[in-house]
Amino acid sequence: MEFWVTQLFNGVSYGALLFLLAGGLSLIFGMMRIVNMTHGSHYLLGAYLALTFLTRTGSYVLALLGGALAIAVLGVIEWDRFLQGLRGQELAQVLTTMGLALIFQDLALVTWGGDPYNLKIPAVLSGKYHLGTFFFPVYRVFIIVVALGVAVVLWLVVERTRVGAMMRATVDDAEMARGVGINVSGISLGVFALGAALAAVAGVVAGGFLGIYPGADFEILSYAFVVVIVGGLGSLRGALIGSLLVGLLDNFGKALFPELSYFTLFAPMAAILAVRPTGLFGRA
Amino acid sequence: MAHVGAPWAQRLGLALLLLALLVTPPFLPPYLLTLLTQTLIYAILAMSLDLTLGYTGLASLGHAAYLGLGAYSVGILATRWGAGFWMALLVGIALATAVAAVFGLVALRATGVYFLMITLALGMVVWGLANRWVSLTRGDNGISPVPRPVLGLPWSFGRALPFYYLALVGFVLALVVLRVIVRSPFGATLIGIRESESRMRTLGYHVWLHKYLAFVISGAVGGFAGVLWAYYNGFVTPSDLDLSVSIEVLLMVALGGRGTLLGPALGAGVIVLLKNLVSVYTQRWLLILGLVYVGTIRYAPEGIAGALMQWRRWMQRARAA
Repeated sequence: MEFWVTQLFNGVSYGALLFLLAGGLSLIFGMMRIVNMTHGSHYLLGAYLALTFLTRTGSYVLALLGGALAIAVLGVIEWDRFLQGLRGQELAQVLTTMGLALIFQDLALVTWGGDPYNLKIPAVLSGKYHLGTFFFPVYRVFIIVVALGVAVVLWLVVERTRVGAMMRATVDDAEMARGVGINVSGISLGVFALGAALAAVAGVVAGGFLGIYPGADFEILSYAFVVVIVGGLGSLRGALIGSLLVGLLDNFGKALFPELSYFTLFAPMAAILAVRPTGLFGRA
Repeated sequence: MAHVGAPWAQRLGLALLLLALLVTPPFLPPYLLTLLTQTLIYAILAMSLDLTLGYTGLASLGHAAYLGLGAYSVGILATRWGAGFWMALLVGIALATAVAAVFGLVALRATGVYFLMITLALGMVVWGLANRWVSLTRGDNGISPVPRPVLGLPWSFGRALPFYYLALVGFVLALVVLRVIVRSPFGATLIGIRESESRMRTLGYHVWLHKYLAFVISGAVGGFAGVLWAYYNGFVTPSDLDLSVSIEVLLMVALGGRGTLLGPALGAGVIVLLKNLVSVYTQRWLLILGLVYVGTIRYAPEGIAGALMQWRRWMQRARAA
């Protein structure tokens, strides 16, 4: 019983982290059909920057916001300088963003070195909640809360605001959206920056329990892709359910079948895709 | 993306290239020889991807899986059961073909970004097994040492030069097979599909079957490259089939020029040399590799072959003026 509750909790909290990461990637995918290999870089660079901000200012909140903001700016530059002109050219997108990801990886290595770091979490968030015989680390509860908060805000923005309606119109038919006077390139820029910032938030949050180290960018990238693929490109609901699914599959896979743990993650994904090539909630 | 030069010029160039590959190696320093061997093997992989990416218009993000399947077949068979070269070769290619046949069924249900994502996912399935199915693959530690093949010939393939020639034979074989395929009516149909799927469908071609066969052949040749890779390296690890390898092969094809076969082979050469030589001189080779990625798309979107073609057009115009 304890095993199941603990694993379930770990799976859900990992899923929450994945949602922070994959929500933005899914929007970027869905809206601009851009395969963004730098998403993992945004995650890692966000964490590194937050680390620097934290040592300079001593404030966790400032570090989190600073990391997210800096990466949003980076996203704007990337979109403006490199990606805007590559609409519809998947191969060019993959190769360009891969190149950028390698450049970022090397720059991070120069700046922060090869040692792993842990982002020191504030005292409020350390410790455990006791519930009967169970212990729940406060930090993991915090991640779930943050992810839920982001999910609700994103949902409200996308479904209930004018900007959100423009975003949805862009996802459904960019050409038609442009035709009725929606500033598609402006919206795209905004979404790319938002996605980058969310990845940075995920990186900062993950820095507290997974650590910050070279290579984390590509490690997490494949998970983010899995979530987006399973959930369907451009669907927030898909990203949420995909994140939970992947978080749980990954945790239980590792705990129950360590020999096949990646297989238990990727094979169901392939199976879903075999039945629904556009993912659970994706539209072609 | 037709031919770079006039047919006779192209043939002459190919003959000279092959002659150079045949004659110069005994005079090369040992390090350069191993890099050239590595180039030939990666060239086979890049050419196999060119069949799908360049000729059929299918961008796969999981091509390293076939390299891995071929390599692990050799690693496991040679170290566990002491299997010989031909047995390992047969199993390696057969396994890659079989897996490509299954993956193709899944992947070809999608197009564009979705095709990229599905092939990525399928590649990760194989990578995951290599990583975690420790009792079979030894996980992160990989399989080593893989002995060099013994073919009952008077030369020992444990030495660098004979092994180079073995790789060269493999390269030429793959080149001939793929060249015959892309120049056949089947290949012409693939190009037609790349240009306009709907038109080919209207004309009565079985588009799906053509794409499927191209996908499976591509996987089979990729498996062949993997077999040679395992023998060349002497060890097999999960990093052989990492996502970054799949992307690197895409870069080789894009850098050389899609749909030209020899272009991607050349691209393989450039990347292999760059990766190995640059890292001798500077620690910043990741940065430089990244710049090559970005620069290729920016300044040579049709690759080296495309740039050559453009140059030829300029020359012609200059002569006409």
